[in-house]
Amino acid sequence: MRSCLAAILLCLPCLGMAQTEVTSADFASQTITIALNQEPPQLNGMKATDQVSIFTLGHVMEGLTRYDRRGNIVPGVAERWEVTDTEATFWLRKNARWSDGSAVTADDFITAWQNVLKPATASEYAFILYPLLHGEAINKGELDPAELGVKALDEHTLHIRFERPTGYFEKLVAFVTYFPVKGEFLAAKGSRYGADATDLLYNGPFMITDWVHSASLHMVKNTHYWDRENITLNAINADYITADTRARLNLFIDGKIVHTSLDGETYKDALAQKLRIRRFTTGSVFYLEYNFRAGRVTNNINLRRAIQHVFDPDEMVNKVLATPGNLPGKSLFPVWLNGKTDKFRQEYRPQEASLDLVLAREYLEKARIELGVEQIPPLVLLVGDSPTAAKQAEYMQGVLKAKLGLDLKIDVQTFKQRLAKMTAGDFDIVAAGWGPDFDDVMTFGDLFTSWNMNNRGRYSNPEYDKWVRIAMNSADVTVRMDAMGKLQQILFDDAVILPQYEQGVIYLMHPNLRGVVRRVVGADPDFTHAQVLEKGD
Amino acid sequence: MLAYTMKRLMAGVITVWFIATATFVAMHMVPGDPLMNDKAVTAEIRKNLEIKYGLDKPVGEQYLIFMGNMLQGDFGISFTQQNRRVNDIIRDHFPVSATLGVLALFFATIGGVVWGALTAVYRNRLPDIIIMFMVILGISVPSFVFAALGQLLLVNINSALGFSLVPVAGWGTISHMLMPSLVLGLSTMALLTRLMRSSMLEVINEDYIKTAKAKGLSPLRIFFKHQLRNAILPVITILGPQIAAITTGGFVVELVFAIPGLGRYFVQAVQQLDYTVIMGTTVFFGAFLVLMVILVDILYGFIDPRVRLQ
Repeated sequence: MRSCLAAILLCLPCLGMAQTEVTSADFASQTITIALNQEPPQLNGMKATDQVSIFTLGHVMEGLTRYDRRGNIVPGVAERWEVTDTEATFWLRKNARWSDGSAVTADDFITAWQNVLKPATASEYAFILYPLLHGEAINKGELDPAELGVKALDEHTLHIRFERPTGYFEKLVAFVTYFPVKGEFLAAKGSRYGADATDLLYNGPFMITDWVHSASLHMVKNTHYWDRENITLNAINADYITADTRARLNLFIDGKIVHTSLDGETYKDALAQKLRIRRFTTGSVFYLEYNFRAGRVTNNINLRRAIQHVFDPDEMVNKVLATPGNLPGKSLFPVWLNGKTDKFRQEYRPQEASLDLVLAREYLEKARIELGVEQIPPLVLLVGDSPTAAKQAEYMQGVLKAKLGLDLKIDVQTFKQRLAKMTAGDFDIVAAGWGPDFDDVMTFGDLFTSWNMNNRGRYSNPEYDKWVRIAMNSADVTVRMDAMGKLQQILFDDAVILPQYEQGVIYLMHPNLRGVVRRVVGADPDFTHAQVLEKGD
Repeated sequence: MLAYTMKRLMAGVITVWFIATATFVAMHMVPGDPLMNDKAVTAEIRKNLEIKYGLDKPVGEQYLIFMGNMLQGDFGISFTQQNRRVNDIIRDHFPVSATLGVLALFFATIGGVVWGALTAVYRNRLPDIIIMFMVILGISVPSFVFAALGQLLLVNINSALGFSLVPVAGWGTISHMLMPSLVLGLSTMALLTRLMRSSMLEVINEDYIKTAKAKGLSPLRIFFKHQLRNAILPVITILGPQIAAITTGGFVVELVFAIPGLGRYFVQAVQQLDYTVIMGTTVFFGAFLVLMVILVDILYGFIDPRVRLQ
């Protein structure tokens, strides 16, 4: 018995060593190993909504267009295209192939788009296809999917009619919901489509060879990909799936993975280990949203203005969040959005409220008189259950109490419960955020229209709706950007929201790895054009 | 014996039915909506989702449909992993948790019995004090602390050696399982040690031990044949539920060591209000627990002749 145990113990190191022969960034084989935050809930692009699925699909699939490393739109499956106010034509490259060797055709896009809009599919992102003629009517079940305003002029020419002018259509088609699906394959797989590695056909730079649920997901270079000469990596192996940031930091230090994000705690450890910490702005904006439903005190403009004049986003970022990478929130429109020729925020500078205690108290007094109360009743702030959310809420509680004498009750709720309360309007103020779906101001701009379901505070202003409609019905960049500039001003004047910060992430990346792109929309991080160098810096 | 077993099995079935019903009711009473996500969907898409998951029907009807499907062994499709059947999730991930759990139990039982017996033999002397101190640590320190410390230890060993002796996380080989199963088994080991100690102390003072000593039996023979065999009964009693608890997965250990076990699904389903996965994993866990308790009862008969007589 004892000798048997000894033999086992002696063998263990050998098992361990066999594992380590390939490092997380291997030069000779051009292979990298990564960790995923969670198991991709599904890899059916027509229904995917989450970060991990979009990350994976972004590496193994390709739409008509794609983003280059600077975030510009470049040809994908389509070689060239023409977009007008009413229609668009895409010419597909003849050498675009599925991983079974067959050609990617115009019909594959039509199949995918009709399926996304079909009510039975119940795709949560179907709305992103509403610019297509009859898209919304099909999704509501009023029209047959065959009525969709999309037609194959020939095998490699796709013609699209619009419901309304869509100036950013070439950006929309880079999004996962617009990816193609081969009809025969979908029919053969049925509800299994995208459930396992063999249940998906790939037309992107990589293909999944092996997917063990919750354990690993292996991608290798797709030999049928039209631009394979420009893909250096041979394999991307996601060998670990865990949301635990400390476990991922440990894996990184142990040389097992090439990339990991840090949080407030692991950040300190990474600093102590003298690791090179990089930063990136995710493109998401976080803000406090007021409840405008009748009977809510937050419906009072002067109360909202009072809060506007005591809140300092710089202090929030530097003292409360206190990890690098976050930017102070100044507007609903984040800094990275493109405007006419420059960045939107350069062309339309948002107005900032002065930190003015006297003015704030004047507004508060006005609010109190208008509301006809002795004292403003305590406000309910609805927040999520993360440690960061708690810190921010307590900070707001302190600021409002100290400066305005306002009481803030913090209502901490788990994810689904918070959503239920947000939808039901059971709050005065809610800590909310918004991440972009596509690279255009409209992904933020239409948030506070009276018809937007994500407008949880039910803000309703005909003037706001009017400017969104103007922007929606024009493909002219000046008209659209001017309209967005107006929206930004309305949001400030009406104090619709209290912008808090633009989210940043801090992360570690293997020093030998080059060409990894961080993106605000689409697959992030994007390893498509990465390469492993023999030696880093 | 057969009648006894049948009776126990019948009671087990009723218990599982009760667990399923209670979970179903509790789950529907939790505020929140399983179909809600970060981005609100239009009324049409919402309606389509409700139809897909059968949530458009009244709750009573949903319950009957669920029970009907459950009797046929079908738990439906997951809400969050929309293409996967709950049966597949249990089938794919339970073996992983079970493997880890069996290894953890192996550590826990061997450790618990040996340490427990030792503390009893060396009662109130130094080994007893040291071991009991460790036991209190093992019971009171939560597993996420041990998991993080264990992983950190591996990182430090590996970086000191310059190569990966034991992988810090992941799944696949025996070496992947060592640290997580040790961490997973620690609290059970501590529990068993304490139990073993007290039951051993009781046995040591029994008359038959004195008789055995008087007969001139060797201390080793007394220890194994008379003391251990009699003292181990309470340990086996709690081993049943412990097996069920450990082999259905430790959420924290699976998260920290990136192990594809069932425990993660169990916890995340509740956070996500994934109705079908909550029901599937709870009923599975409940049935497994009930089965283990019954098995232990039957096992009793083999170990303790007194039970067989009744």
